[in-house]
Amino acid sequence: MQDYEVFLQQLITGLSNGMIIALVALGYTMVYGIIELINFAHGDVFMLGAFLALTLLGALGMEAWPSHWQLAGVAIMLLASAGFCGCLNWSLDRVAYRPLRRASKLSLLVSAIGCSFICTNLGLFWGGMPMEVFAGGVAAAAPKDFPQLIPQFNILGESAIRIVPADVAVLVVTVPLMIALVYLVKRTRLGRAMRAVAQDATAAALMGIPVDRVIGITFFIGGALGGFASVVYALYNNTIGFQMGYRAGMDAFTAAVLGGIGSLPGAVLGGLTIGCVRAMSDQYVETRWTNTIVFGILILILIFRPSGLLGSTRREKV
Amino acid sequence: MRWRPGPIVCILGIAAVLPLIELFLPQPAHVSEAVRGVFLYAILALGLNVVTGYAGLLNLGIAAFMAIGAYAFAILTCEIYPFQIGFWPGLLLTLPVGALAGFLLGAPTLRLRGDYLAIVTLGFGEIVQDVLKNLDVVTKGTQGINPVPAPSLGGTMWTAEDEYKWYYLLLALLIVVILAIRNLERSRLGRAWFSIREDELASRSMGIRVERIKMLAFSAAAAIAAFAGGLSTSVLSSTGEPSNYDFQVSILALCIVIVGGIGSIVGVLVGALVMIGLNSIVLVKATAVLETMGIGGQSNVLLSPNNWKYLIFGLALVLAVRLKPHGLVPPRIERRAT
Repeated sequence: MQDYEVFLQQLITGLSNGMIIALVALGYTMVYGIIELINFAHGDVFMLGAFLALTLLGALGMEAWPSHWQLAGVAIMLLASAGFCGCLNWSLDRVAYRPLRRASKLSLLVSAIGCSFICTNLGLFWGGMPMEVFAGGVAAAAPKDFPQLIPQFNILGESAIRIVPADVAVLVVTVPLMIALVYLVKRTRLGRAMRAVAQDATAAALMGIPVDRVIGITFFIGGALGGFASVVYALYNNTIGFQMGYRAGMDAFTAAVLGGIGSLPGAVLGGLTIGCVRAMSDQYVETRWTNTIVFGILILILIFRPSGLLGSTRREKV
Repeated sequence: MRWRPGPIVCILGIAAVLPLIELFLPQPAHVSEAVRGVFLYAILALGLNVVTGYAGLLNLGIAAFMAIGAYAFAILTCEIYPFQIGFWPGLLLTLPVGALAGFLLGAPTLRLRGDYLAIVTLGFGEIVQDVLKNLDVVTKGTQGINPVPAPSLGGTMWTAEDEYKWYYLLLALLIVVILAIRNLERSRLGRAWFSIREDELASRSMGIRVERIKMLAFSAAAAIAAFAGGLSTSVLSSTGEPSNYDFQVSILALCIVIVGGIGSIVGVLVGALVMIGLNSIVLVKATAVLETMGIGGQSNVLLSPNNWKYLIFGLALVLAVRLKPHGLVPPRIERRAT
């Protein structure tokens, strides 16, 4: 492979992973935009979504399905995980965050960290389920193989650069979701309510907006995006584990902050940037330094430009 | 007026006679060995309490400062490095090293808002861990640095077998740390910390130099955490691998502070007893008991009590914040209702 081909290949990987990170980052940025909470458990909700997908895949025996049926299987997993993660995120808000609306921001963050740990532990238990896809339930903590449902061939034919159908699948899932989200936030009644609550919850309540319900729906949507992302992630990277939520969560949070937290296009831009930074660092620095580089970026942005790339003094929230 | 011992004195008094119960037990239970962890985490959590409890700044990377102390201590004293300055100088030097690390992280970041600061400290914790792991030329990577010299005082040596000597050494150092923190708490500086925790703007207009006061809280906490790190290294005679100082440790310390009573020394002691008791005594013993009964191990994830750790930490945090926002033993100083 030529040097430029290596670079392009890494760029493709980076952009695909970046789109997934962006989808998770949207969940962070929406929740932060509306109640200024770093929803620490978001990454773990994402992780549980991937576990649900693997469970479904095993329970329905999708691996044995004919290939065009497998596409339907992917759709089933996407919808199921999205619904599950949305409900889970909504329940976290209902149980652990809503009672603390009037408490200090830090108590809320501590509660979110607690939820994150609880979800991590649920993932560990889930990994011990006696199913074939979970390796019979022994070694619950070990990473699980996620079967390759999407065929592996190079769309570019004989070219040295590989674009596999999984890359396309990432785009096919993420781009419409992002467009739908922007439409929802900008053009619908619900979106207007969300923006109103983000701007001033008290005033929104006085105008008759059911604030708690709007916040709950925001959590649901954020969680659902994480659910979609989790299935795409699992199909793209083919391995999942109960600790992946923490890493994925930190990448996505970094992306959200990089783009300007609260800003939807910012989250996408941040996600793509972090995806590419990770891919380039894996290639040109060393894999073991990649996390250090991502965290370094996070700290530097927070210090020098806390409002992020696209954030401005009067940024648009949600 | 008669002198009545306060709760801190009572707890420490019980701790002082605790090893004696071993005399009445039918077989050696190594109680004092198990309690060491409580003392070490109590020191760590007392450090976290300074920054999070007194000054109200959430620090999610306290384990990083513990790691810095541990490695500084090991590098200064271990025989494979040229310094070899001995136990006591090494342990004392962890304080300025930790304070310096706290200063270096705090100087650019302390003006950030509370939740952003928390994330910066979290990221710092991850970076420190990665650097320790990857710079294996200096830090020996995942092997950790060992052996480190045992403490000696006036001719007596502490060897690994001297359970009681270690117990009382840790207890004595814990008492020193408590005394130091109590004095800080009641000093001008301590009042400034409470003041910025309650209302930063009002404190600023009263002439408190907020940045400087936050900096001191941050550095003091880092110094105490580094001290705890140095101490734990000498107890284990090894730094252990860098992942011994991961996010989980920071969260365990946070659980201790929040469950025990944020901003209260007695609370931290009680919290350390409850959380470490659960984590490294009850869970470990339950695992051992289940294993001798032939249950658990690899066969079923639910039956290994060690696998319930995260759930316990998580529930402790969520429930404490929701039901007992001021902890089991709230501080005596009046807090403004939030």
